[in-house]
Amino acid sequence: MSRLVYIVPLALFAFFAGLAGYMLTQDKDQNVPSQMIEQKLPDFSLPPAIEGIPGASRADFVGGEPRLLNIWASWCLPCIAEAPQLEALSDQGVEIIGIAVRDRPDAVEDFLSRHGNPYTRIGADDISELMLEIGASGVPETYVIDAQGNIRYQHIGDVRASDVPLLLEKLDEARS
Amino acid sequence: MRWLAIILALLAAPALAQQSMPPAPYAYTQLEDPALEEEASALMETLRCLKCQSQSIADSDAPMAGDMRHQVRSRLLDGETPTEIRAWLVRRYGDYVSYQPEMSASTWPLFAIPIALLAIVALVLLRRLGKRRSDAPDNASEITAGKPTQGRG
Repeated sequence: MSRLVYIVPLALFAFFAGLAGYMLTQDKDQNVPSQMIEQKLPDFSLPPAIEGIPGASRADFVGGEPRLLNIWASWCLPCIAEAPQLEALSDQGVEIIGIAVRDRPDAVEDFLSRHGNPYTRIGADDISELMLEIGASGVPETYVIDAQGNIRYQHIGDVRASDVPLLLEKLDEARS
Repeated sequence: MRWLAIILALLAAPALAQQSMPPAPYAYTQLEDPALEEEASALMETLRCLKCQSQSIADSDAPMAGDMRHQVRSRLLDGETPTEIRAWLVRRYGDYVSYQPEMSASTWPLFAIPIALLAIVALVLLRRLGKRRSDAPDNASEITAGKPTQGRG
């Protein structure tokens, strides 16, 4: 009994020290997933980010085929990296509606002329309104929206070439 | 000529700073009503900045934290309560966005463990004290009768 008085605290200490040491070796997932998946895309209406390309609203996601909603910005470096993949997706007939976050029209124009324009519409989200509405925590993020206007899937971070098949699969699932 | 260049260079700096968008109206502007602003700052101190995850949106200078402060202040101005605004964010980002722990399926041990520990401590103390009280007459007689010379003087 008296020995237990020493062993129990020591064992507890060893357990917590071991746990802390183990957790230090583990990769931490820093992403904050949206809780809005499988929910209705909230109502929104954003003005055009540049002249010549229309703005975006919830109504633009309803009817026809599932679409991608891409949150991006001209000041965001990973957005340059994902541009070719978005181009490839739009070449395959996927409609991509862009949301330009805290962006200036001239910077958006410059970005599109350098890296191509995969978007049918670009809404200007100057104060992260839509980002907060759909639970996005960074730029870029890409969402699959079905033709009924429901959020079906969230991709956090830039779309790599290896992510394209999964996005196509999720778009396919969103048809049913 | 050199001075002119320096002055021109100094003038050019603010022009470059214009590249970024102006912050949201209520990102850095307090509400006029002091009572409402007090509610806003109390709420902002308990909401997590999603961009810089260990800071509150009151502490963070990230543009997204500014946009979240704008939401908090403008929603308060529209008559929403702090509880409603916190719930609105939790619906989008989960419990993680709030620094004020709520009782839920994953957080109940946070509330239950301290109560359980206190109960154990109380039980142990009661048993020990109870034992000592019942031992007390014996101990007293031992000390007075057993070793009278070993006291402190």
